[in-house]
Amino acid sequence: MPAHISRDDVAHVAKLARLSLDDAELDTFTAQLGAILEHAEDVEALDLADVPPTSHPFDLVNVLRPDRPGTTLTPDAALAGAPQAEAGRFRVPTILGEAP
Amino acid sequence: MTAVDIARGVRAGSASATSIADAHLARIDEREPDVHAFNLVTPDVARAAAAEVDRKVAAGEDPGPLAGVPIAIKDNLCTDGIATTCSSKILEGWVPPYDATVVQRLVAAGAVPVGKTNLDEFAMGSSTENSAFGPTRNPVDLSRVPGGSSGGSAAAVAAGFAPLSLGSDTGGSIRQPAAFCGVVGVKPTYGLVSRYGLIAFASSLDQVGPFAATVADAALLLEVIAGHDPADATSIPQPAPAISEHLDDGVAGLRVGVISELMGEGIDPVIAAQVRAAADALAAAGATVTEVSVPAVTFGLSAYYLIAPAEASSNLARFDGVRYGLRVDAPTTNEMMVATRTQGFGPEVKRRIMLGTYALSAGYYDAFYGQAQKVRTLIARDFAAAYEEVDVLLSPTTPTTAFALGAIEDPLTMYLNDTCTIPTNLAGDAAMSVPFGADAAGLPVGVQILAPALGEVPMFRAAAVVEAAAPARPTGKDLR
Repeated sequence: MPAHISRDDVAHVAKLARLSLDDAELDTFTAQLGAILEHAEDVEALDLADVPPTSHPFDLVNVLRPDRPGTTLTPDAALAGAPQAEAGRFRVPTILGEAP
Repeated sequence: MTAVDIARGVRAGSASATSIADAHLARIDEREPDVHAFNLVTPDVARAAAAEVDRKVAAGEDPGPLAGVPIAIKDNLCTDGIATTCSSKILEGWVPPYDATVVQRLVAAGAVPVGKTNLDEFAMGSSTENSAFGPTRNPVDLSRVPGGSSGGSAAAVAAGFAPLSLGSDTGGSIRQPAAFCGVVGVKPTYGLVSRYGLIAFASSLDQVGPFAATVADAALLLEVIAGHDPADATSIPQPAPAISEHLDDGVAGLRVGVISELMGEGIDPVIAAQVRAAADALAAAGATVTEVSVPAVTFGLSAYYLIAPAEASSNLARFDGVRYGLRVDAPTTNEMMVATRTQGFGPEVKRRIMLGTYALSAGYYDAFYGQAQKVRTLIARDFAAAYEEVDVLLSPTTPTTAFALGAIEDPLTMYLNDTCTIPTNLAGDAAMSVPFGADAAGLPVGVQILAPALGEVPMFRAAAVVEAAAPARPTGKDLR
């Protein structure tokens, strides 16, 4: 387990998270994330082979509601906050690299 | 005037909700420029709500348990028709099409919403300095931070803008600012209060809760917002607990444990001394006080700063410029999303998104996120073992009192603020901060009372005794 995150790791993670960082930000975040991960070494070092993980405070079960028609957001209300909408849909720029 | 007194007076017809709203709006006009507790003040909404309460009283209708009580609402709770920003540029100007369940319940109970309060962006921070719209200042001492992330909600109560406010607590974001501002702050049991309409940060940890000037006011508000909500799949399917009727029960026979791991290294000795004084007060009132070890709490910070960012990285993926909020134009959708997120999020949010993405990424998942989830089990087990011996636990809320604006720049140092509060969120239990005295500079000290899941009644009973025994309220230089 590497003690610190590398500059390349930070660049890769930023790409996965759809964030663009300049060189100065890459340096700053590499140092800061490294310090936080170093602090987490106390957790890495514990022998927890026999301990089950907890993902949630209590056991989650599927919660279902009755399948009954009811009022919900209107299409207009759902689209009201959209940066761009058209014909009852969210409009976005080109997706596949071709002109729309 | 307390919320209990206002509601009683308005319900009895001896006080007018409208004049109470006007008095609080005037107070906001006077002091808000110094404090900046709000992202948005809503005088029209407040006056309309107050007029409706007055109409109901005049017509002989029940105006609700919070009749005419002004309340400030953290700006990460959705309010129908009222801008909700999470103090982020990525949501600037966004107007939700629905109310959070807690907001619906407040309005139905006759509360009077006076505004949306400032927070660290997306509730990530411990000082409210991470707001995209400028920091909030501590009303007790304007050179200090109010804590965070619910700093605006804590400051609003401390400054007298409203007797009540709502915050959210993922790792201490209600309790830490309550301690810094000298007010009461409650992190209820996970699932006791609906998260529907709370903009998610870390879904397995987030919980909405009250701020108030008094323990009785906090109990009144919690009773209104708690209870099952079919719109939240993690809501506990049982009604709100009756707390207020037990506030005078006292603590005779109650078993209280002081958490030994949170009383030594890293804790300001003045604060530790106040916790011991609060423990003495509980003992004098008939409680049995012992020292209790909860060993795994020392690993809480490390586990939290892997788990919470991991959940945040997933939750905040939805802010991509497609359906709501900011869009920065670019030729393709992918470039548009990158440009929008890069301009829309501040540095702390980016830091946590990247940390979480890393902790969840191939090759690191087991070592970081998986290991942190196992530590979460240890913490829950250690608390459960402690609660075999005692009914409630006691600790400091914070390692220090309020620090100066700009004093902490290093993220990890900032995270240490949450050392005492994080373990409760990881376990899903309840905890609250009660003001108890001050340090030499007159800055408030908070004592944390912790209880097992759904242990709100004994927790509030202890809080009422601690409150009654507290030394005189802080005398910070800007308190007036």
